[in-house]
Parts: sequence; structure tokens; C-alpha cells
Amino acid sequence: MDKNIVIQLTYLLSSILFIVGIKMMGKTATARNGNALSAVAMLIAVGITLVNQSILSYTEIFVGILIGSAIGAYFAQKVEMTQMPEMVAIFNGVGGAASTFVAISEYARVHQSPESLDFTIGISLLISVLIGSVTFTGSYIAFAKLKGIMKGGSITFKGQHQVNAILFLIMILACIMTLIDPQNELFIYTVLFLSLLLGVLTVIPIGGADMPVVISLLNSYSGIAAAATGFVLGNQVLIITGALVGSSGIILTQIMCKAMNRSLVSVLLGGFGQTATSGPSASSSDIVVKEVGVEETAMIFDSASNVIIVPGYGMAVAQAQHIVRELMELLEKKNINVKFAIHPVAGRMPGHMNVLLAEANVPYDKLVEMEQINDEFSNCDVCLIIGANDVVNPAAKTNPSSPIYGMPVLNVEKSRTVIVSKRSMAAGYAGIENELFGADNCLMLFGDAKSTLTTVVTEIKNM
Amino acid sequence: MTAETLIILLYVLVLSTFVGFELISKVPPTLHTPLMSGSNAISGITIVGAILASGPDPGAFPIAKILGLIALILATVNVVGGYLVSDRMLKMFKKKK
Repeated sequence: MDKNIVIQLTYLLSSILFIVGIKMMGKTATARNGNALSAVAMLIAVGITLVNQSILSYTEIFVGILIGSAIGAYFAQKVEMTQMPEMVAIFNGVGGAASTFVAISEYARVHQSPESLDFTIGISLLISVLIGSVTFTGSYIAFAKLKGIMKGGSITFKGQHQVNAILFLIMILACIMTLIDPQNELFIYTVLFLSLLLGVLTVIPIGGADMPVVISLLNSYSGIAAAATGFVLGNQVLIITGALVGSSGIILTQIMCKAMNRSLVSVLLGGFGQTATSGPSASSSDIVVKEVGVEETAMIFDSASNVIIVPGYGMAVAQAQHIVRELMELLEKKNINVKFAIHPVAGRMPGHMNVLLAEANVPYDKLVEMEQINDEFSNCDVCLIIGANDVVNPAAKTNPSSPIYGMPVLNVEKSRTVIVSKRSMAAGYAGIENELFGADNCLMLFGDAKSTLTTVVTEIKNM
Repeated sequence: MTAETLIILLYVLVLSTFVGFELISKVPPTLHTPLMSGSNAISGITIVGAILASGPDPGAFPIAKILGLIALILATVNVVGGYLVSDRMLKMFKKKK
């Protein structure tokens, strides 16, 4: 049989395994095997590519793979579960950069040859450079924002959209020039430079609670870049897997937008929380809160029979997930029913809370999604909110002038008692005041979540 | 690229996008983070492109090869890191005993 046919059939096999692997990742019981299966698919694709006869120098390739594997494995083992959003952002950026480099490499190879640059290949190549570069710099800005190297909020300046539009037009012009005159390297490097710049400029205005959306969207971009590279090389396996990742990222983006009642366009235009940060001090003084001590908290828990815990990013920051699990086990031993209410955008990326609680050994069937648990708050004796703020803000339902008005939130205020574990009265990530804290049934447990909850657990044990 | 090849590749693109939509819309929120890092690893499929770009005899285009090798290292970081970190997460998801 022709060698090329063998190669193509193996790519087909690899694509099938990718699809089956992703399908298996949709169920908690089979997800781990699904991930492994997709890794096998990747290995097969790499293996058969190495058989390709145009490949002459294996030494460099193996050295390259070795270096890359070492770096990847090191970070994968080292990263903390709280830092998963940063990790995904970095890996996204790396993937985007790889697509860009492949495309530029292909350009360097073909643009001097006599047959010159084919029109469709040229377009695919430019898309690959464009999206790859935007993914690369955009992901690193997202990383810097999440990591706190850069101000987490929205960064806007006057005429921002106009500047972006002009740069985009120049870039399109440079793309057209590259197609007309592929020999002139100036044009493609202009495209490259402007795409890198646009990646920075389009992500800096997005901030605050919109971060999970950006992470999902960049995830989608990295897939689209891979698919475009597939068109450059005429390789189906790249197109198929790129399309799978691209659509997966778009779906996650849609879910995130829906959970925040925001349109994708308004997220991309940025500026979230801007109006709220301008004058929050006035309203914060209007809210009179009631403080509660650890002993009293322990007593309230002891007399409860239904407890719902609402975790937020603050729990991750305080590393309180392990003590929360201890609290859950202790309460269950006392025949108190404990559940966790997970808001879709709690944390900094989709499903972030689930991973953190899984790490702390909380069984996943204890975690209940918002739609399922929202009616149960009226039967709940104590609702413990740990480091969550915007996702429990009743203003989203009652105050039409609030920036988060219309966003679906957890109905925590329906519980008999609400206890909020919080470091201080500071506003949430979106920079909006929360009138829940002033409600009659709401008690504030100030202090670091980990240390206060540790004392609460000891108190309950001593009862 | 001939028009026929292009059309076939476009079919592949569109159909696999639909398959992707079908597969992912059923994934429960619990699994969104591992799914994201897993699909992130999958987008490292560019590694195939990187190998093809760095493999051939450099000849008159040493730049192409160097760029290909950089792409190869980056894509490998993406693939290996992405799969390992997803596996680490998925290992932790347990049902109540």
C-alpha cells in the first residue's frame, strides 16, 4: 500500500480517538479515561507524522520534544489548583504562539519558491498568524491580570475602540498586500506585529468578573488557530481537532455569558465595573452590618439541620477548601444535611470551584448547580458564604441601576440565617456594593476564612 | 491547493465543528475546568504542523527550520502540560464512598 495512504488512515484513526476521548470527558466517571484516550490519539498523530518521508533530521525533533515535555510536565505537577486559570491562560498562549511559528515557518519556506504563495494557503496562513498571535499576547495579558502582576480591572483610554479599529484596518491592508506581493517580507511582519499588539489591546479593557469569559474565548481561539494551520499544511487531523477545540471554547464562552446576563459583544468592549468603582464609598456607609463571633457561629451551626455552603474565589485565596471539607464532615456526623451551591461564574474560570473542592476531597455529588439549588434556600437554616460576593448579590434581582442587574444569582437571602465569612467590607471583584450584608438575617464573620473556620470547627467539636 | 481539496477541507471543518458543539454542550459544569485544560492540550495538535515544519532538510531556508523547532518546543509544552494537569484534576473527582 502507498505510504501516504497509511499515513492518512492513521490520522483518521487519531481523529476518531480524539472525538471518542472528548465524548468520554463529558461524564465524571469516564472523564479521566477520556483524557488519556485523547492523549493516545495525540501520540498516534505525532508518531505517524514522524514517519513522513520528508522528515530527515530526527535528532533536533527529539531534543525539541524532550525540552517541551520537561517544561510542560514540570509546570503541570507544580501548579496549585487555585492557580488553574493562570495555568490554562499560559498554556493557551503557548499553543497560540506555536501556531504562529508554524505559519511563519511555512511562509519562510514557500514565499521564495517559484510557484509562490497559493491564494487559499496564503489566506489560511494569515489567519493562523493573526489568531495565533492574538491568542498569544491576549493570554499573557489575561495571565498577568489573574496573577495580579497587572491591575485586574478594566483598563480603558479615550478613543480605544477607534485606535483598535484603525490598527485592524491597517492589518487587513497588510494581509491583502501579503497576498498580492508574497515576496516582500515587510507585509507579513506587519501583520504579525499588529496582531500581537491587537491581542494586548483587546484584552486590557476586559476585567473583573468577565475574566472567565476571556479565558474561554482564548481557548476557542487557540483551536481556530490550529484549524487554520491545518489548512496551510492541508492536514485533516489539525482541522478536525482544531474545530473541536474551537467549538468547545465557544460553548463555554456562551455558558459564561449567559450566567452573567452579558452579551459577548459587551464583554469584548470591556469596561465592566467602571461605573460602580467611581462612587462606591457613598453607598457602603449606608449598609449597617451585624458581626458574629466564632462561638456564636458554632452554636448556630449546631442547631441547624440544613446547611448550604456557597464558595467563591475568596475561599481559594484563603486556601480554606480543606477546612470547609472538615466542617462538612463534622456537621454530617451530627446528622446535619450539608450541600454546596455552585454559581457558574464562581471563581476565575468555568468549574473552578468544583476542582478546588474535589482537591479537598469533597465528593462531587455534594456540589449542586445554581438552577437545582435555588429553590432549596427557603428550607435552609444556615447558609455559609465563603469569599463569594457578586454571585449572591440580591441587587442583581432588585436594583435595575446595578451593573450586574439581570445576572442570575443564588437566592441566599431566603435562608433563615446567612453567615458571610469575609476578610473585610471590601467590594467584590466586580467592584459593586452588596446590600445582602445589611439584611436582617445576615451575620458577618470577619477575618481570614481559613483561621476563623478552623476555630469554628474546634468550637463545634468541643460542644 | 486545488478548489476540490479546499472544498473537502471546508467540509471537514464544518462537520467537525458541529460534532464539537454536540459533544461539548452536554458536559456538566463540574467538568468545565478539566475540559478546558484538556481541550487546551488538544489544541497543541499544532505539534504535527511543527514537526512537518522542522523536519525537512533546511537547505536554503534555515529560518523555516529554526521557527519550526521553536514551534515544536512550544506545542509540546502545551500538549504534555495540558494532558498532565487535566489528569491531575480528574484524579481528584470522587463520588462519596
